Amino acid sequence: MTEQARVRRFEQLAVPHLDAAYNLARWLTRNDADADDVVQEAFLRAFRFLDGFRGGSERAWLLTIVRHTCYSWLQQNRPAEVVAGYDLEAGDLDAASLDPSFRPPLAGPDPEIALLHQADEDLLNEMIAELPPQFREVVILRELEDLSYKEIAEIAAIPIGTVMSRLARARKALQRAWARRRTEEARHGV
Amino acid sequence: MGCDAVAAEVHPYLDDQLEPDRVGRIQEHLRGCAACTQLYERQRAMNSVIRQHAHYYTAPKHLARSIRSNLRTLAEAERPRRRNAWGWFASGAAFASAATLAVSLSLLQPGPRGGGLEQELIAAHVRSLMANHLTDVASSDQHTVKPWFSGKLDMSPPVTDLTAEGYPLVGGRLDYLDQRAVVALVYRHNQHPINLFVWPGDAAATPLLARQGYNLVRWSQGGMTFAAVSDLNPADLQDFQKLIARSAP
Repeated sequence: MTEQARVRRFEQLAVPHLDAAYNLARWLTRNDADADDVVQEAFLRAFRFLDGFRGGSERAWLLTIVRHTCYSWLQQNRPAEVVAGYDLEAGDLDAASLDPSFRPPLAGPDPEIALLHQADEDLLNEMIAELPPQFREVVILRELEDLSYKEIAEIAAIPIGTVMSRLARARKALQRAWARRRTEEARHGV
Repeated sequence: MGCDAVAAEVHPYLDDQLEPDRVGRIQEHLRGCAACTQLYERQRAMNSVIRQHAHYYTAPKHLARSIRSNLRTLAEAERPRRRNAWGWFASGAAFASAATLAVSLSLLQPGPRGGGLEQELIAAHVRSLMANHLTDVASSDQHTVKPWFSGKLDMSPPVTDLTAEGYPLVGGRLDYLDQRAVVALVYRHNQHPINLFVWPGDAAATPLLARQGYNLVRWSQGGMTFAAVSDLNPADLQDFQKLIARSAP
């Protein structure tokens, strides 16, 4: 294959997934300019690895490289964000900040669900951005890229069971924090 | 199945990632347990809030340009190195390692090839995404998109908005396929663009096929040929095909 043909093949394969790549990088770096740099670097790496691509999902292959590039970048530039200060595989994410007096009602129409739907986009996006990156990425890959557990497991290089538990814990934490905020606001008439 | 077991599997259940027999057992439990049903409903509501409101950051326009120019620079830079490697390999060096051999052989493998028209359809889809030229007329209103074509083509394509079904119409453009101008209607489903190509004439239908990471399905009805191409999963693309087939004459 000539170099020109390789570039063309790569562009056909990778450029359609540029938004997915950027979205993941933007969520992991939490910054426009950094996401820009990371994606450019990831695409160059992917181009070099093109001969190693053995079929399957181009998007998953590319996202694996983007994710890896993001973590290398974070390790180098903001190591504190990657080294989590608590056990990644056990317990509730926000157990400490939960309101112990909060108990869900047991019967009747659920007022919490109505509150959940009063979406405040900024607050939701802040809450997702504050999740540790290992949880943030599974939420983004599942909810925004609609990837299967198996694909996420491959991209993040973790077992499927870990995808399942991280996703469950991240969503549970978001749901509780979100519901608490909505309930407080309703109580204070905000 | 007990409440703890259901709580442990409520997420894979919501994500449709469980075996059918597990699904049945969870549903059976949910029918009889108000507490688990509440847990399930809340989590389902939260997931839909995330899906609807979490920000999807699309790549800024300059990024695709920078990447293309980076690639060309890199390709130029790598050219001499590759030629040397090939020259070395061709000279029959006795000590070529297995790894070198494997790399060289992988370069010789041709990519997947398909029928001419299928290849053209995929290429047209990819082109529409790469060139930032998805639509000539951007509108979700079928009464704007349909007349736009009548002035430009010798046919009037069926145009239906499927927003209510989850496949909003994004717009349309003219494309060129099989040596003729064709209608390209653009729909979207969960961030995935779908190109629906329409041209007059009957042709044998092709079942869903996957190529280069895209799915393609082609069929004819009412004297028109339709081809839908997308990176959507096969089930959703077939769902889309059914909706179009139902709405077109």
